[in-house]
Amino acid sequence: MKNYLQLNASLLYWILIAPFTGQFFKIAPIFRQMVFIGVRAAPMVALTAFSVGVTLAMQAAHSLKQLGAEMYIPDLVMVTLLREMGPVLIAVIVIGRSGSAVAAELGTMKVSEEIEALEVMAINPVQYLVVPRFLAMLVMLPALTIFGNYIGVFGGWAVCTSALDFNTAGYVLRALQSADTWDLYSGMIKSGVFAWIVITIACNAGLHVEGGAEGVGQATTASVVQALLAMLVTNAVLTGIFFFAA
Amino acid sequence: MNSNEAPIIEVIDLVHQFGDRTVLNDISFNVHRGETLVIMGGSGCGKSTLLRHMIGSMKPTSGSVKIFGEEIATMKEHEIGRVRQRFGMLFQSGALLASLTVGENVALPLFQHTDKSPDEIEAIVKQKLEMVGLTGFEDLKPAEISGGMKKRVGLARALALDPELLFSDEPTSGLDPIMTAVVDQLTLKLARGSHMTAVVVSHDMTSAFRIATRMIMLGHGSIVAHGTPEEIRTSTNPEVHQFINGEADGPIPLNLSQDEHEHHQCVKPRPFALARFRFHHKIS
Repeated sequence: MKNYLQLNASLLYWILIAPFTGQFFKIAPIFRQMVFIGVRAAPMVALTAFSVGVTLAMQAAHSLKQLGAEMYIPDLVMVTLLREMGPVLIAVIVIGRSGSAVAAELGTMKVSEEIEALEVMAINPVQYLVVPRFLAMLVMLPALTIFGNYIGVFGGWAVCTSALDFNTAGYVLRALQSADTWDLYSGMIKSGVFAWIVITIACNAGLHVEGGAEGVGQATTASVVQALLAMLVTNAVLTGIFFFAA
Repeated sequence: MNSNEAPIIEVIDLVHQFGDRTVLNDISFNVHRGETLVIMGGSGCGKSTLLRHMIGSMKPTSGSVKIFGEEIATMKEHEIGRVRQRFGMLFQSGALLASLTVGENVALPLFQHTDKSPDEIEAIVKQKLEMVGLTGFEDLKPAEISGGMKKRVGLARALALDPELLFSDEPTSGLDPIMTAVVDQLTLKLARGSHMTAVVVSHDMTSAFRIATRMIMLGHGSIVAHGTPEEIRTSTNPEVHQFINGEADGPIPLNLSQDEHEHHQCVKPRPFALARFRFHHKIS
């Protein structure tokens, strides 16, 4: 925990304070990490979001049909995706795919003396390795969430127009009517907080690996487990705050 | 070499303990500009630990380590960075960044610490790689070259900023005899020509006697012998004699049972503890 807080403090120093003392972080590595962390996760996010959209629509149809309220299916798909399923499920994908990769990469660098070599070359590992990954994640997880929301709503549309009595215009209008901008914003706030949690836990696990290949494996597993738990607990807390605040 | 000038490295009464085990015991020595100091000694006797104190990645239990006249043992992280920009370090494994190419590895300190243009940096990288006999290897990844080549790239990277001081951890282990000679000649050329100071941890006695202006032999965590190569070669100390001639019989204990080990070694092993300790602290 002490290491984790130190990492966060050091991260904030290198992003917020160091640039004013002339130590700018480089921009190119951020884009490289955005491709690794975000762009390459897009197909998996799309597939997951689509299947969630389809499932949500079918489940909603099953329940709402009994009440004669099928017209509310788009509302349910839209709001569930924007507020909950979008941010949470896409964070799960990114934890499994990108968080674990970051932990394993940094862990391998630690055990092969690369981190020590950076330090001896007077290059701060947090500035050189963690800052680009952190900023990339902070941009890409919300971006992936918006992308996933679109695909999920598209999945709902696929069910509604092919199996139920909806036309495209009816579905889109109903979906847009049901959601207000706060639904989107609350999802985005969650997504940003998740991004912070996921990447700092992954980097912290990687940078503190001890003991060879076995250590790297353990750190990777620990990073996934910790990030998942922290993300789900934070989600419940944030939902609580938004529910009572809105 | 001018011994009136302030020493580049000044180690005074350095002690390092891991729990109740004393790994370095009362080590003191100076290194002056232009000298090449070779630190030798059996496995697990604190050579690499000593080196790690000199580069500021380990803090001593007591004593002082001064590099360029500045106390590195009590420095804050950003101050150590300033000192570190003035020296280069060659790691035993090379410690190249696997995600970068050979050329990018050598260019890394130049990009981070200088305002040179990419063209100038490319020219320096070419020149440094040529020095270690690796012309044309810029675009390969570390995974695509051999262990010996990695070490030479590590040397090129350590020399990228033209350091005043070079630390090398086993620079010639894993190199063929010809490449060993090339690396030795390079060290000599830099030491004699550019007055670079070098501290080399080595097991390789041929190479050590070729480059050293002074030698230290460590044993039981303290200095067993200290002198010029000639003094070491003619030393009457039986441990030194055994070590430099590579003899199996002699005062340096081999294949000890644990009881005997307690009496002879600086690192007193408990079951598994020694292996774990060596692993974490990379004591060679």
